[in-house]
Amino acid sequence: MTAAARPPVRPIRSALSVFSLAVVVFTFALAGPRAALLMLIGLGFGLVLEGLRFGFTGPWRRMIQVRDGRGLLAQFMAIGLCALIAFPLLAASPDELYGAHAPVGIAMLGAAFVFGATMQIVLGCGSGVLVNAGSGNLMALLALLGFIAGSFLGTLHLEWWTGLGSLPVYTLQGSFGERAGLWVTLAGLTGLAALVVRLSTPGQRLPSPRLLLAASLVAALAILNLVVAGQSWGIVYGLGLWGAKAGQAAGMDVLANTFWLAPDHAERLQQSLLTDVTSLTNIGIIIGAFVAMRWRRDPGPQVPRGSAPGRLGILLSGVILGYSARIAFGCNVGAYFSGIATGSFHGWVWFAAAFAGSALALQARPRVLQWLSLSAAATPGGRVRT
Amino acid sequence: MMSIVPRPGRTATGLLTLALVALLLLLDARQSIPINPHAAPSPVALGSGQAPAGAHCTQR
Repeated sequence: MTAAARPPVRPIRSALSVFSLAVVVFTFALAGPRAALLMLIGLGFGLVLEGLRFGFTGPWRRMIQVRDGRGLLAQFMAIGLCALIAFPLLAASPDELYGAHAPVGIAMLGAAFVFGATMQIVLGCGSGVLVNAGSGNLMALLALLGFIAGSFLGTLHLEWWTGLGSLPVYTLQGSFGERAGLWVTLAGLTGLAALVVRLSTPGQRLPSPRLLLAASLVAALAILNLVVAGQSWGIVYGLGLWGAKAGQAAGMDVLANTFWLAPDHAERLQQSLLTDVTSLTNIGIIIGAFVAMRWRRDPGPQVPRGSAPGRLGILLSGVILGYSARIAFGCNVGAYFSGIATGSFHGWVWFAAAFAGSALALQARPRVLQWLSLSAAATPGGRVRT
Repeated sequence: MMSIVPRPGRTATGLLTLALVALLLLLDARQSIPINPHAAPSPVALGSGQAPAGAHCTQR
């Protein structure tokens, strides 16, 4: 498209600004100041993840396949920056702020492995699916619908899976003390970063200024999420709740299930989504990604439609992503990012299991895509984030 | 064989995603307890003196 044929961007950008402001004001009017702040934080996440192309799946793939460690190093930096602030905050206000702490278990390990493998097959993770759907990727929208269904299905079976055996919740603060727990976390991240630098190809060891800026902004937003919500940044719970709400609207007796019968979850089911922390930030991420996509002069082309088996495969992959994330006590955001940043031992185990799953799946990916008659470009992460 | 069905562009798909979110919120508003603005939590959890009431994927 020539410059003369392009539509003017100023009216579009003005409309996007007004729309974003209206969403925040609407949330404030309906659900109060905390909900509005969380919507604003979600918008920020969406803008940063889409606008600065910061992601989780692509950097893992590039590290494994082409020894490009820049994106993975930016992730470690974001987690470390978040931990630097989150650890002292959690220690100072243990009754007001909760970390993303969960137990390590047999099912949790297997589910993290499956999540890591599936996210490489479809090139989409918890945050990635939200961002890509919001930014207009048709296949990601399919994956998001599957993710919602899968994370809801996971809640229905969570008790059975955790009954296979799990350890108590271990945190690095609890094991080493508040200050030493932070040092152990930072030392662990530094050790991993050193390993990534060593394994990376020369010239692909230093994150670009864009990635460094994105990592800093993601860390700042994650801290704001903790301070405002009282809990760490998460994705999966909100999507499972959306599935439960849809099930309820379809006449399903969701409260008959043990998970949803628990007081905390029953309350979430009965209250508005605009009072649910992760729903608010998830909605904000989708809107923020849409705004960032439309802000550009050229939003870029749609991903290829893909074959019918391919579309079905993407939908089912979304279901597997959602289900496994629920069983693993989180996805790349709730378990890997927030878990490690707030001292949960399960965050480290999740990362190891999911990374191993990713490495294995990347070998099988060409055959799986061929089997689904799907080109790599026709996946939720077809336009890969760096 | 090439598909003759046109693909929606990125803007249209993004708008469709937003419409689905709006539909979800409408469905939710019909079946949830109405929000009580007087019972809204303090703007920021830190310093509020209250335990967080939200739920997270790390919870059982």
